[in-house]
Amino acid sequence: MKRDCSIDIRHLTRVEGHGNIRITVSGGKLLEAGWAVVETPRFFEVMVKGMSAERVPFLTSRICGICSISHALASIRALERAMLIAPPPAAETTRLLAMHGETLQSHALHLFFLAAPDFAGTSGVLPLLESQPELVRAGLGLKELGNEISAVTTGRCTHPVSLVVGGLSKVPDKIRLQQLLDMIGERKSALGIACDFFGTLDIPRFERETEFISLHNGATYPFIGGDLLSTDGVRKEENDYLPMTNEYVAEFSTSKFTRCSRESSAAGALARFNNNSGFLHPEAKKAAEKLGLRPICHNPFMCNIAQLVECVHILYDAETLIQKLLDTDLSDIRTPFAPKAGIATGAVEAPRGILYHHMETDEEGKVVKADCIIPTTQNNANIHNDLQALARQALQEGKSDRNIEKLAEMLVRSYDPCISCSVH
Amino acid sequence: MKNPVYTFEKLKFASFEFTCCEGCQLQLANREASLAEFFGLLDVRTFREISSEKHDDYDVAFVEGSISRSDEIERLLAIRRQAKTLVAFGTCACFGGVNSLKNRYPIEECIAEVYDGQPVETLPVRKISDIVKVDLSIPGCPVAKKEVERIVVSLVTGSLVTLPKYPVCVECKEQLNTCLFDLGEICLGPITRAGCDAVCTTGKTPCLGCRGPADDINFPAFLELVEKRGLSRRDLKEKLGFYNAFEAYPCP
Repeated sequence: MKRDCSIDIRHLTRVEGHGNIRITVSGGKLLEAGWAVVETPRFFEVMVKGMSAERVPFLTSRICGICSISHALASIRALERAMLIAPPPAAETTRLLAMHGETLQSHALHLFFLAAPDFAGTSGVLPLLESQPELVRAGLGLKELGNEISAVTTGRCTHPVSLVVGGLSKVPDKIRLQQLLDMIGERKSALGIACDFFGTLDIPRFERETEFISLHNGATYPFIGGDLLSTDGVRKEENDYLPMTNEYVAEFSTSKFTRCSRESSAAGALARFNNNSGFLHPEAKKAAEKLGLRPICHNPFMCNIAQLVECVHILYDAETLIQKLLDTDLSDIRTPFAPKAGIATGAVEAPRGILYHHMETDEEGKVVKADCIIPTTQNNANIHNDLQALARQALQEGKSDRNIEKLAEMLVRSYDPCISCSVH
Repeated sequence: MKNPVYTFEKLKFASFEFTCCEGCQLQLANREASLAEFFGLLDVRTFREISSEKHDDYDVAFVEGSISRSDEIERLLAIRRQAKTLVAFGTCACFGGVNSLKNRYPIEECIAEVYDGQPVETLPVRKISDIVKVDLSIPGCPVAKKEVERIVVSLVTGSLVTLPKYPVCVECKEQLNTCLFDLGEICLGPITRAGCDAVCTTGKTPCLGCRGPADDINFPAFLELVEKRGLSRRDLKEKLGFYNAFEAYPCP
């Protein structure tokens, strides 16, 4: 059938930031399908210049309202590596626990507030609260737990207070850590409800072979630091981030694009899973099996499922980390340091994927040059290419305009884009 | 809507964001235990970050972020035409926020540094009240949800909305914290408006003034305190400039 179709979504809803989707079909032929970011740029790489190292994480955390802990820790890691500072082990454990809190909060926000309404056929979470209260309450319970873990470990759930260069400015309170353990115990039932709901969903069948890039340390499921690994077999040391990203400016987008071995690559929960599934907690492995997620999965819609599997991992791993902190004397949490000139990269796995902060300091410890490469920046080109393949497939399957539009929106949401972050 | 004590009308509410991290809007979805009650006070007409509903018949508009592009000015003017109450929501909206640090450099230099000189539109960062009349300001980086809840209740019941007039020091002392000045750190707690429960100083990091100046501050005395303790003038300037919230109090 020769058909015409024009989809023009300005400022896609239920995502963080401002992006547009455009699909144009004429006489049955796909003329264009694409993803453009139109967010206003903020120029953090300029703002950070001349700032003292100790202040930098407080600035860069403001790149993102959802993953502020990841940004603070990426900067801290870059600056500690540049100035040769080794944070005490208790601080490292606390930081990892803080990452767990943020990832859980972010994944729960995405799964229940942003993605679930598409599958349930509602416009947002508020109507869903009326139609499926038990499900939304489970999601809220997980999100609240994530926020509480962040607050106990960093002083506040958004824009962390006590993550500093050298370690922590304040010890996490052991009474509150104990309360977190109880809370995790209670919230495991919420995980069950979430797995039951997402397990029954009709995930769109769509695959496009993709190069997935994530951290990899060969011992644990990665969150802070390690080698950079792609499913196409490229492996680099953390400082060697440029060949993994090859960032470039696309004229129709205020967020940049990246590429590695192919025309585009993907970061995020699915990339982490594809490269590291063997290091998940046994309970998370069971959940993945039950939810039909196996490496290497090339269906971007399964990113939702990978996020849920990571939530399972986080709840169980957080228990271990908290117990470790409870059993530790927490008197040594901060390594004093003298400012010095240096240059290094700090890479962390933010909820939406690998995040690089590259920092150069002078003798006074002031930043002279910075480069931040954001997970969503690394996904933009892949989203763009996926949209074209998805539109072509949907046309072949004879899907209606409305269906194509909905699928396109769901595809972009699956990547959980953090757009203002990508246009830092 | 009825509750056992009051009959009240939900606020016809809309939320918008400009140049920012969207962290303040995210706070609206936090404090999960009271979330259903909180949204029970609001008739959400537009809130792009969490809902696909879009209606232009709102009365109260929360505006997050600063202004740094011409299309943002147009969108903001349209919001001003519709909203009976326009709320500057968060430090970027109230003062320009960290985004204002960009203004230290010429625009061409910013674009050259980040976009390899490719043409990208960006203006010097401005706060919301530089463009339109603001009816109410809720500062904070991010805003404190507890305070937002209190203010929304005031808006629903039509009672007077107030912010604490006293400085962060008062709340910090309530928490029995050791004063950061006594630990050799410059802290903006003595001059910054309270309402945050002194969250940063309780975490043993200095206040950077995200809530702006408290009422009737004695700025010369504050400068003298820094001077007397022999603390770094450069550090003071970096802290005062961090959120652009002390623009009216230049540091010599």
